[in-house]
Amino acid sequence: MNLSQYLLSILIWLPIAGGVVALAIGNDDELGSSRSSGMRFVSLGTSLLTFVISIGLYQGFDNGTSAMQFVERVSWIPSLDVWYYLGVDGISVPLILLTTFITPLVVIAGWDTIKVRPAQYFAAFLILEGLMIGVFCALDGLLFYVFWEAMLIPMFLIIGVWGGERRIYATIKFFLYTFLGSVLMLVAFIYLYGLTGSFDLFKFMNAPLGLLAQQLIFLAFLLAFAVKVPMWPVHTWLPDAHVEAPTGGSVILAAIMLKMGGYGFVRLSLPIVPDGSAYFANFVIALSLIAVVYIGFVALMQKDMKKLIAYSSIAHMGFVTLGFFLLWSITAETGTVLGISGGMVQMVSHGLISGALFLCVGVLYDRVHSRQIADYGGVANTMPVFAAFMVLFAMANAGLPGTSGFVGEFMVIIASFKANFWYAALAATTLVLGAAYTLWMIKRVVYGEVANDNVAKLEDLNRREFIVLAILAISVLLVGLWPAPLVDMMNVTIEDLVRQVGQSKL
Amino acid sequence: MDISAYIFAAPEIVLLVLICVVLIADLFVDHERRMATYWMSMASLGITLWILLATAPESRTLVFSNAYVSDALSQVLKITAVGFVALAFLYSRDYLRANDIHKGEFYVLGLVGLLGMMIMISANSLLIMYLGLETLALSLYALVAIDRNNATAAESAMKYFVLGAIASGALLYGISWVYGVTGTLMFDEIAAAIAADPSLNNLSLWFGLAFLIVGISFKFGAVPFHMWLPDVYQGARTPVTLYIATAPKLAALAFTIRILVDGLGGLQDTWAAMVMVVAVLSLLVGNVVAIAQTNIKRMLGYSTIAHVGFILLAIFVGTDKGYSAALFYTVTYIVAAAGAFGIIILLSRRGYDAELLSDFKGLNARSPWFALLMMFLMFSMAGVPPFIGFFGKLNVIDAALSAGYPGLAVLMVLVSVVGAYYYLRVIWYMYFEKGEDQAVLQASTDTRLVLSLNGLAVLALGIVPGWLWALCTAVFAAL
Repeated sequence: MNLSQYLLSILIWLPIAGGVVALAIGNDDELGSSRSSGMRFVSLGTSLLTFVISIGLYQGFDNGTSAMQFVERVSWIPSLDVWYYLGVDGISVPLILLTTFITPLVVIAGWDTIKVRPAQYFAAFLILEGLMIGVFCALDGLLFYVFWEAMLIPMFLIIGVWGGERRIYATIKFFLYTFLGSVLMLVAFIYLYGLTGSFDLFKFMNAPLGLLAQQLIFLAFLLAFAVKVPMWPVHTWLPDAHVEAPTGGSVILAAIMLKMGGYGFVRLSLPIVPDGSAYFANFVIALSLIAVVYIGFVALMQKDMKKLIAYSSIAHMGFVTLGFFLLWSITAETGTVLGISGGMVQMVSHGLISGALFLCVGVLYDRVHSRQIADYGGVANTMPVFAAFMVLFAMANAGLPGTSGFVGEFMVIIASFKANFWYAALAATTLVLGAAYTLWMIKRVVYGEVANDNVAKLEDLNRREFIVLAILAISVLLVGLWPAPLVDMMNVTIEDLVRQVGQSKL
Repeated sequence: MDISAYIFAAPEIVLLVLICVVLIADLFVDHERRMATYWMSMASLGITLWILLATAPESRTLVFSNAYVSDALSQVLKITAVGFVALAFLYSRDYLRANDIHKGEFYVLGLVGLLGMMIMISANSLLIMYLGLETLALSLYALVAIDRNNATAAESAMKYFVLGAIASGALLYGISWVYGVTGTLMFDEIAAAIAADPSLNNLSLWFGLAFLIVGISFKFGAVPFHMWLPDVYQGARTPVTLYIATAPKLAALAFTIRILVDGLGGLQDTWAAMVMVVAVLSLLVGNVVAIAQTNIKRMLGYSTIAHVGFILLAIFVGTDKGYSAALFYTVTYIVAAAGAFGIIILLSRRGYDAELLSDFKGLNARSPWFALLMMFLMFSMAGVPPFIGFFGKLNVIDAALSAGYPGLAVLMVLVSVVGAYYYLRVIWYMYFEKGEDQAVLQASTDTRLVLSLNGLAVLALGIVPGWLWALCTAVFAAL
């Protein structure tokens, strides 16, 4: 038996099984008891093992083809012709790697800061990890939808149980918003199923569709993905959810769940309804530019660090959607690939940076129990090591060359120059705005005189926090300095995607 | 008459005999040994089930001058109904004992109700249908009033009885019109008469049809004939609510399909419009009003109304796919309903009924396992994958879309989002709030075990829904 045949299934079900085991080991023991640390080691072990296995995915992945790899296809619901159909290509592998990379860090970050019902906490993250990987692997529409929706359940609990003061409002809003967004996608799937007799995504892609049908399907998809990304004006759930979520929840939300929306655009919207996408491309570009510019200004005014990073996430994700939909404004072949690749790189890089920034805020919050910028000042004096990390991640967020943040933004800006000068001009304001809101926050929090007694009493990073931030710092620099492996992995797939999207279905 | 005809009615005949045995035997059972009645009733259900399986017809068979039908639909519905009545007895037993209302009548009435359901399911004549319906309804009225010292239960029984009597009157009136126009009470003969003489499809028949729809809507609890349902769900003792919320829905489904499809299939254009109005109103009213409830039994009552909207919409579509979707939806919904009421019973104890949503506060701290199961059940009802409720909705939406009703499909998913709110609220109370009540849950091992299986079933069925859908499709392909 060749295990690599079932690699994707293992990646999906191993963390879920680990989560169930953690739940079974149980909750209510004191920190440090053998049962409680056993549960923690099971969680960490599972997430690390998943990461190690996903490296096998990276090594076994062939960059030279855009065909689906590691395909598994088993009949799931024969009476509806639904298949348990998994496979990965250059678009999904980076996001799967991001997921398996971030989850162990989240487990480590929550190691002893979670005191209430820790088993449920770790189990929720592990199960969530499996479901997210499922979304990135699924090639059957119904399977995709099942993973897509099921993912909401653990996140709903994570925000609701371990969140801040207004957690219930935030988590209900999160759930209903995303649920509302997704249900129309389900209607679109069922419509396509009626047309093709199958939920197979490739049959969806080959289905002949009129312009009106494509427009409607595109709008249904747009609502689902725009809520997830989130795009202006359906972004309002995100600041609430981010602020109230526990640190780990914010990290997963920013690093991976937002990427679902972007992934949905390239996996579903562009290939299934190319003409619908073309029709609405300028509309999406306009929304993206509003997100970049307007939300950038909104971020400038925030007093809460988590909220600031949340708004910065919306602005950065605006780059992703901008890159994806530049396709029709560019005629030169190289530029089209550049836009989508830039969006993809931006997704991975934003996953690392925003995750790291939320972890930094979490470090401060664990000590002072405040997220307000005004409660800090001069942190560098008492926490020099932490300050170094936070400044690095802030620079990356502002798009400093040499960090991962620069690569994606730069690619997208170049692509938008090829499309339209004004797109590029507006997009480039982020370089100013992003630097302004991030660095201004850094100035007020990290630098200056020690502001109050709380800051004076701060202790620097412990070993656990240091390891997490160091790993993230290395990866941010690695992607920034040497993005070639990442770009190479996606290149062929994206070229093929561009070719496919270029062929009108009309 | 050929004796073999009786074989097809053997389950009902045997059940009736067993009911008489249980009723008489119960007279000689001391109150302390009331468990004997429970076991006798369970044994009766077991025997009925066995005979059902043993006498399964090979194809659609009409007996007793075509008044009685035995087919794949009746077989599936009867077996399911027997199973859910057994489940209701099991979940109820401990509660009834703890609250000193453990009477033999509960089981006897439950069995008589089942007999009524089985007759309804197999009826091929309007009159037989009516007899089955009344057998069921009278047992339900009495069951609601079983705790005669409880004022709210007595009140809701009275309300149920009066409204039920009016609905039965309306139904009977409708039956008389249909009989007057077509000259027959048998469903297949009604269908044949309408097919043979299109001029029968006239205002008089529609007039009768409208009253039949009133009867159907009342039985299902569809808006605007739903007023009894929340009151009865809230007022009845929880085991009785559990009973009403589960198996009788199967009978109501058979009632609807036999009358509208088997009998009046030729009038589909006419009844479809009426059913659609009732269904859409149920979806909207049920989901919106449920949000405002603080009593969980009442909330689940309104949620039932919303689910009935889905079932009726599936029937409205008027294709085999739609009928299969209605059957699938009904079965999967009552699996979740049985579990949810089972957990409400589990939270109750002597002298204390867990009726309010706030009784669920902090359940995760008291019993993580049952909180988890309740979460599964709520997500299933809300239609969130991977739970089975999602596939129920999926099939109804698919049926509506493939019959060319995209507007209804969109409406259905949008009201599901509204509905998700009140299911989420139960989860929010269980997981996000601290509870004042710290009492340990008490339940016997068999109840715990079956309730756990019930809760896990909504997940397991959601992971392998294929066979159930294949079964539901096969039932209507065989007709």
